[in-house]
Amino acid sequence: MVLSLLLISLVMSAILGFVYNATKGPIAQAGKAKELNAMKEVLPDFDNDPAADPKEIDGMVFYKATKADQLVGYAAKTFTEKGYAGRFDLMVGFLPDGTINNVVILEQKETPGLGSNMTQPKFKDQFNSLNISTLKDKKLLVKKDGGTVDAISAATISSRAFCDGLQKAYDAYMINFIDPGFKPADATSGSTKPAKESEGGKQ
Amino acid sequence: MSNFKYFSNGIIKNNPTFVLVLGTCPTLAITTAAENGIGMGLATTFVLVCSNMMIAALKNFIPDKVRIAAFILIIASFVTVVDLVMKAYTPDLYKTLGIYIPLIVVNCIIFARAEAFAQKNAVVPSILDGLGMGIGFTLAITLIASIRELLGNGSIFDIKIVSEQISTILIFILPPGAFITFGYLIAIMNRLKQKYSN
Repeated sequence: MVLSLLLISLVMSAILGFVYNATKGPIAQAGKAKELNAMKEVLPDFDNDPAADPKEIDGMVFYKATKADQLVGYAAKTFTEKGYAGRFDLMVGFLPDGTINNVVILEQKETPGLGSNMTQPKFKDQFNSLNISTLKDKKLLVKKDGGTVDAISAATISSRAFCDGLQKAYDAYMINFIDPGFKPADATSGSTKPAKESEGGKQ
Repeated sequence: MSNFKYFSNGIIKNNPTFVLVLGTCPTLAITTAAENGIGMGLATTFVLVCSNMMIAALKNFIPDKVRIAAFILIIASFVTVVDLVMKAYTPDLYKTLGIYIPLIVVNCIIFARAEAFAQKNAVVPSILDGLGMGIGFTLAITLIASIRELLGNGSIFDIKIVSEQISTILIFILPPGAFITFGYLIAIMNRLKQKYSN
């Protein structure tokens, strides 16, 4: 009798311990917004509250992240209007030297199965640890436009728009936080030029 | 009884809310919005299925003398699981349901099914019974909540149905509205039962 109760208590407390551990993290985060979660994904480890001091530039929002009062990077909430289905929002994390740390797609309504594939690691992870300043003309371009970015197949417009969003954030980041004399690449070429489609006429 | 009968038993014939009239505390308290009804119903269903399964599996292992203590241990653990998971993943709903999540522990439906069904039956029928009872409970409280939300707030699932200009019957959102709705629904259920059992 005692033994069976003891065993049941043991098993149930093991289950509880497991669930407690599994939900501890999410519960701590639950009160905070989706954006803060996105920031955590795009930035290296930080210990301040970036959302406390947002800085708005041209419709984009920059959040400063520090660890032990040392700057670890900025998270930029950026967007593009050039998507196949209009605007979509991205969160991109920049290291202090302008290197992209990671990108998270906050909101998008691109064609499911085509443009929406930008949420797949296969596409978006190619930007990780990329520094736009190392690219030709400091411009992020898809291969089709003479750049280095592997576009999503049959979704070049979405891929270009993605680059556009990152480029805007990068340029604003460099000018406002790193080097006031920074000269962004010519805005009329590359990712902003009108798209000429050949791949199935889609995106 | 076939497996399907174990499952369907709780949905209409022995609906825990309208026929057995068990677990009326959450039924009356949280049914102010249809979304709450679904949330509460699913949480209860999860606990019901898990506890029924566990108790049916352990029925030969639990001595009769301490079965109540064992049942409470099992049920309380699963309720805590639901509590933690909801807190983590549906914080808004968790906030609305508040104290009624931990109070699933004392929901008579769960205890009644453990005592009356799970400890006398095999695992699979017990799971089906828990599922049927849970779904019956979910449907019932969602129905009550939808009626209350519609009459008291002019919306269902937060979607406005009645124009803003028309004043709603506020009392349906308040506790008395719960009793009124509940009473009418039980009356309708009884009437339908009479009609179709003949």
